[in-house]
Amino acid sequence: MPVKDYIRERFFPHLWCPGCGHGIVMNALIRAIEALGLSKNEIVMVSGIGCSSRISGYLDFHTLHTIHGRALAFATGVKMGLPELNIIVPMGDGDALAIGGNHFIHAARRNIEMTAIIMNNRIYGMTGGQYSPLSGYGTLATTAPYMNIDHAFDVVQLSIAAGATFVARTTTYHVQQMTDCFKKAILHEGFSVVEVLSQCPTYFGRKNKMGSAADMMAFYRDHTTPIGSKKKKENPDLIERGIFVQKDLPEYCRAYDTVIERAKGKGQKG
Amino acid sequence: MKDNIKFVQGNEACVEGALYAGLDFFAGYPITPSTEIAEHLSYRLPQSGGKFIQMEDEIASMCAIIGASLTGHKVMTATSGPGFSLMQEALGYAIMTEIPCVIVDVQRGGPSTGLPTSVSQGDVNQARWGAHGDHAVIALTASNHQDIFAITVEAFNLAETYRTPVILLFDEVTGHMRERLVVPEEGEIPLVGRLRTSVPEGVDYHPYLPREDGRLPMSDFGGVHRYNVTGLFHDMWGFPSNNPGVVQGLLRHLMDKINNNAHQIARYNEYFVEDAQVLLISYGSAARSALHVVQNRRPRGERVGLLELQTLWPFPVDLVRERCRAPEIVMVVEMNMGQVLQAVKLGVDDPEKVFLANRIDGSLITPTDIRNILRVIQGKGV
Amino acid sequence: MAKPKLKEHQIQTEWCKGCGICVAFCPKSVLELDSQDKVRVARPEDCICCRLCELRCPDIAIEVIVEQEGSG
Repeated sequence: MPVKDYIRERFFPHLWCPGCGHGIVMNALIRAIEALGLSKNEIVMVSGIGCSSRISGYLDFHTLHTIHGRALAFATGVKMGLPELNIIVPMGDGDALAIGGNHFIHAARRNIEMTAIIMNNRIYGMTGGQYSPLSGYGTLATTAPYMNIDHAFDVVQLSIAAGATFVARTTTYHVQQMTDCFKKAILHEGFSVVEVLSQCPTYFGRKNKMGSAADMMAFYRDHTTPIGSKKKKENPDLIERGIFVQKDLPEYCRAYDTVIERAKGKGQKG
Repeated sequence: MKDNIKFVQGNEACVEGALYAGLDFFAGYPITPSTEIAEHLSYRLPQSGGKFIQMEDEIASMCAIIGASLTGHKVMTATSGPGFSLMQEALGYAIMTEIPCVIVDVQRGGPSTGLPTSVSQGDVNQARWGAHGDHAVIALTASNHQDIFAITVEAFNLAETYRTPVILLFDEVTGHMRERLVVPEEGEIPLVGRLRTSVPEGVDYHPYLPREDGRLPMSDFGGVHRYNVTGLFHDMWGFPSNNPGVVQGLLRHLMDKINNNAHQIARYNEYFVEDAQVLLISYGSAARSALHVVQNRRPRGERVGLLELQTLWPFPVDLVRERCRAPEIVMVVEMNMGQVLQAVKLGVDDPEKVFLANRIDGSLITPTDIRNILRVIQGKGV
Repeated sequence: MAKPKLKEHQIQTEWCKGCGICVAFCPKSVLELDSQDKVRVARPEDCICCRLCELRCPDIAIEVIVEQEGSG
């Protein structure tokens, strides 16, 4: 089975809970990489801490499992160190946007070529169900036993405002779209963000009475719609999915090559 | 005039030493009094194809150099106390994952924002114990620009030799003061390069299996060996493990590789130590004043000597114990509340004869300060 | 192009955690969970080889194998 060429089989079955969306994200990511025909040696996967971060240990690339929130900062060093590498940075919503929020906006602003995947399950899973910056107003969590009064980020709007040059959103229900988004994001010459709505049936689902993993995916099916669809106009509460931004701007490492050229020119003139 | 003779700040001497050692990636964030290191490297690095990046904070800077080191580069960051505090978690990660890198802390007064433009040596214990969990570190310092250059080169060599972060603890006075620096010719100081594995493609490579000599050959990211790097306790392939034997083995290895080589890592200068009745122990800019006292009092018949430490961690305890045996008085001269004093007292046979001569008000401790404190200890009054 | 024809579902039973996602979304109700909460191919003859079970499996435990063209 070709998918098995990309995983470290001895660690399976993986540690994620039954029905966890993160496994579906990993599944789609493998298929995207396989479809692109990338060599495993040219991929570096950098992850942070949390349920999401464990994905790096399962995949047979150069893998860097770092500290909470800082994956993009590590990835920036790896990419500048060897710009020909493909860098993929899977993160959870807390990892990417709470503790790692500053690194996220700055990596986007620099337009350094890497693919940030935000596996948005709206909860801190590894620590047992605390509210995250994406839980949203009115939800329940182990640290919001009465009601969460924090408003959520809109990852797409945040990414666009921060300057990401590729921004997409999809869900674990829409697996073909997810694979397609990953492919395009990996090929994109710049900072790419793919937000994947990924169910946590164990904590977010249970706390908020969302039903089973399949029920949560059915929710994604019924409450999302392609960007600009007629349905969205009729029902503004629907969450749009698809590719929101895909544009060309100077990529950071290539731009730094210009800095080197200028510096060398100046050095010669003395 | 030969262009290898320069009149520079200590921060520039550090830059020159780093470039001499082969630095080709720097990530940093502006902070007084270290900023000149970043400024000069932003200018110098790209001239030779190296890379400089100003990150969004010190945490990111530390993380970025670790990432770049994994692609085979010699890397460094520079900061001061507050930024050094922010780097501690990633510093612990570099210790755990055994990634060579150099961290410069140009010390200023603390705690907190403290005295940004004034001198202090208050980060000695932060260098030793800033990261959580049991661990060993290498921390070096120097008191003049020629030594700052040499010890910076040494930091890179030790980082590669022991696959570990090395901390350079400079201070505001040495960092900002200008003096002469003679940049050595290429090859004059030996350099330690990255030790890369000779294991060919297709053969099992163990990134965390030490050779007989204790060194661990590396494989650059992007190469033929795909392995895992994690801050979790890990096995010889780099995969997470909570097997008690693996955990204990790794922690012992991380401690032993540094602590068992403490005497090899010990760098120091000695001035009139042999027959000293009063031994001053000092380091960094405080050692300049201590040296002045020694040079000034010797012609007057006072048997004062100076042991100038350049390696602060691992603490050169055997050296210090031995040198402290004969003198009647040992006085640690430093600009903090006695951070090296504690280590000296712990190490010597006779801790009651060890005294502190310090200054903690943001001013450089002067030879007069040292002399006055010594007179009081000797019962001569000021 | 001819419709793909099912050869078999390869199930990695020890990886399956029985979440039921494949069962819930199979358009032809081909799959079931057995008494051990592991996926079981109940009606292979109805399979249209859409592979959605394979793609949506969080445990990478299902592969849909189709007959190679000309090999059947």
